[in-house]
Amino acid sequence: MKSADYDLVIIGGGPAGLTAGLYAARARLNVILIEKLVLGGQILVTDWIENYPGFPNGLSGVDLVQKMTEQVKRFNLNIETNEVLSLDLSEQIKKIQLNDRTITAYTIIIATGASPKKLGVSGEDAFYGRGVSFCATCDGPFFKDRIVAAVGGGDTAVQESLFLTRFAKKVYLIHRRDQLRADKILQERAFNNNKIDFIWNSVVTGIKGSNEVEKLSIKNLKSGKISDIDIDGCFIWVGITPNTKFLGDAVKLDEFGFIVANSNMQTSVEGVFTAGDVRDTPLRQLTTAEGDASIAAYSAEHYINNIK
Amino acid sequence: MAEGIIEIDESSFDTEVLKAEKPVLVDFWAPWCGPCKAIGPVIEELAGVFGDKIKIAKCNIDNNPSIPSKYGIKAIPTLIFFKEGNVVDQITGLVGKSKLEETIKKIV
Repeated sequence: MKSADYDLVIIGGGPAGLTAGLYAARARLNVILIEKLVLGGQILVTDWIENYPGFPNGLSGVDLVQKMTEQVKRFNLNIETNEVLSLDLSEQIKKIQLNDRTITAYTIIIATGASPKKLGVSGEDAFYGRGVSFCATCDGPFFKDRIVAAVGGGDTAVQESLFLTRFAKKVYLIHRRDQLRADKILQERAFNNNKIDFIWNSVVTGIKGSNEVEKLSIKNLKSGKISDIDIDGCFIWVGITPNTKFLGDAVKLDEFGFIVANSNMQTSVEGVFTAGDVRDTPLRQLTTAEGDASIAAYSAEHYINNIK
Repeated sequence: MAEGIIEIDESSFDTEVLKAEKPVLVDFWAPWCGPCKAIGPVIEELAGVFGDKIKIAKCNIDNNPSIPSKYGIKAIPTLIFFKEGNVVDQITGLVGKSKLEETIKKIV
């Protein structure tokens, strides 16, 4: 058999990709990790992580990424900033098309994660960076003593709304249901925070302003009534969308675009594995991403040993 | 501060940025911003490659609040490209090296 450039190509440098890289490097695989932007992924914008075992006082997303990066560098993981444009998985040696060249590998771990979902309403793109934000830790301090809206009802929406109350004088938490989906401990904190006002059973239908965000149009789903509220900023945390567009139909995806995998993290294609938020999984956390990734690296190693 | 990158403040902004001979890329950042820290090394790399064609500057928005407010910045990291005192391009949020290279090549 012809030989490939690499035993393993890991696509994505968030917690899943870095964990897979750590295990693969320690297994002495000939491995490269390709990251499109900067290492860290979504956890970079997380202000404070309280449910990561081993850190009783919590730690910031940035600190965790720095520690993980230090750890993979200690084992000489090869990391390159580049973008994967497409995969050709038709043969046992897989082809990975990058921005500037094609590389080949026996195995691939897809750990491309997910991106915040947009609302898809008018004004959302136009006011991005001018009051519309997906990142409280980046933009929260700009709203000192201002009024902001936060949209969503999950862990991220509630935790980041609590963070916003450090700066804003009022946070409207707008949720389409009549109860939150977030962890109970976060819910308790939100209900006890007098800066947070809840707007239940409502969705945002438009974001308005002249040069910056000034108003939100909100529709009450029970009454059908649309009203405007005055705000200075709008933070959007309504879930995530998987980063799988570049895959086309190379591996099987579920109806939402997440990658389908078995318990060995193998996708519909032999030798191609996945891990983390991009996978069709019931829970998306650091711990689950890392669990997926260690299994994916272990499975990749076994696959390579069998074919070589 | 890495080689080839200057730190600007409210007193030096006019001379270093608006009246600069070369185009200037200003990286608006703050110590509390995670993605700003993440994009830092990318900016340093660019300073190494394009340092002779474009001036690369960092502006701490906590210490110099009047500059971001003048340019309507409400999110960081924000990168603003200046040429002859005018804003010619603006990028908000985390972007990759290739997108930044593309933008710089368009301007210089």
